[in-house]
Amino acid sequence: MSLGLLYGLAGIALVAMGLYAALAARHVLRRLLGLNVLGSGVFMMLVALASRTTEIAGRPDPVPHAMVLTGIVVAVSATALALALLRRMHRHDDSARLPEDRLP
Amino acid sequence: MTGEDVRSALSLTLIGAGIAFFLAGSIGVLRLPDLLSRLHALTKADNLGLGLVVLGLTLQADDAFQVVRLLLVWLLVLFASSVACYLVAHSATHANGEPTPTVGPDNPSMDKRDGR
Amino acid sequence: MAAEVHALDFVLVVLLLWLGWRALASADLFKAVVQFIVFGLLVSLAWVRLGAPDVALAEAAIGAGLAGALLLDTLARLGRKGATDEVRPLGLTPARAGIALASLGLVILLVASVLALPESWPGLTAPALQQLGASGVTNPVTATLLNYRGYDTLLEIGVLLLAVLGVWILDAEAALPAAPADPMLSLLLRVLLPLTVAAAGYLLWVGAHAPGGAFQGAALLAAGGVLWHLARPLSLPASRPVRAAVVLGFAVFLGVGVATAVFGGGFLTFPPAYAGAVILLIEAAAMVSIAVIMVALFVGRPAQGTK
Repeated sequence: MSLGLLYGLAGIALVAMGLYAALAARHVLRRLLGLNVLGSGVFMMLVALASRTTEIAGRPDPVPHAMVLTGIVVAVSATALALALLRRMHRHDDSARLPEDRLP
Repeated sequence: MTGEDVRSALSLTLIGAGIAFFLAGSIGVLRLPDLLSRLHALTKADNLGLGLVVLGLTLQADDAFQVVRLLLVWLLVLFASSVACYLVAHSATHANGEPTPTVGPDNPSMDKRDGR
Repeated sequence: MAAEVHALDFVLVVLLLWLGWRALASADLFKAVVQFIVFGLLVSLAWVRLGAPDVALAEAAIGAGLAGALLLDTLARLGRKGATDEVRPLGLTPARAGIALASLGLVILLVASVLALPESWPGLTAPALQQLGASGVTNPVTATLLNYRGYDTLLEIGVLLLAVLGVWILDAEAALPAAPADPMLSLLLRVLLPLTVAAAGYLLWVGAHAPGGAFQGAALLAAGGVLWHLARPLSLPASRPVRAAVVLGFAVFLGVGVATAVFGGGFLTFPPAYAGAVILLIEAAAMVSIAVIMVALFVGRPAQGTK
């Protein structure tokens, strides 16, 4: 088993649990945690696949590394905006759940 | 036995001792009953543990710059974890106006809320 | 960088999956967030194992540090009631069975496609290394970010700009009950802030030929800024210099792009002779902007006599 395969499979598992949490959770903060874990899984798959060039070219592929670096920054800024929207919803509705998830 | 062998043996011993302190600190965090004794286990053991690991690593460093960077890492962690420990203890002490924090297994409101 | 699998990798993967799941499924959201922060730190260890030190530096500061601070800050503002969730937040109910099945289906598809890929692959490593001489830097990741795929990075800074505008557009929120100025926190700030600035400058400079660069430097600066805000609350959006700093990176990047389109070989095509200097200029401006934007995202829009 290669390093790329091990971390690639781990990335897939993270994608799946992040996706499940983002869709199944009711608290918006937990949905955002799910999206972030989902993102980490995607990044892990990319970096794991990048490591496959080590044997032929002598080093991992720098292009996916740059994409993941970009992705991390975009993910955190999107999370920050989503959290600000969550706080606004909580200020106005006194609930941290989306309207369709609230108890009647 | 050459000088190189002695150096790497000494280095490994120091790193091993450091890991033992990390282990003791981690067990302390898991087993000790309240917040203050957990912090005590964490900061004391981790600072000494990290110090020993860094000392062991400096023996394997390639040049003086690496030694300086390793020592800088230790000093910064020492400083930051001392302040963080103080801040955690401070906020726990002043929360709810209680003089003594009772965070731990005795207090179900702060711990074991997962129902695990 | 050893390419073979060590026992450490198995331990790390098991820990990552366990912590990742706890970060999602812990009933107590505070615990979940703390576990997410630890998860982020372990992810940056995985980047080191996979030979991606540039990514590891950014992940440790942004993924674990800044994202954790943002989540904890929001949790504190939601209050005790708002931060309470179900006892079994992800428990399998009939309504969630479809989601679980869809996630499982995705796993099967992804595993099948990853297993179908060859274990060794030339990728884009060789072309990236061949063009390195004309890129102006010798770190291939920096060359990719600022030269080969400059569009991506320009638009990324644009996304950051939009995110901070989005936060500023929302109505002002009351400041958290201010903790009395803590002498220890001020001491930490006084010691760490100069070191943060020095380390960020070092990362910016060293990024041309070693792991580092504008993003990693900006992440460090932003961490220093968040610490500053915690020790002495800032009111960022009000001041004109802050607004200038927020747009500086995007403006300089776009300006360089337009200049190269008018006078040179095309939009963001740097002449090899000046590429190094141009990249450093863009990175310096981008570092300031990204750092200020991240701090602004953390500070949010505090109430200032408007409410």
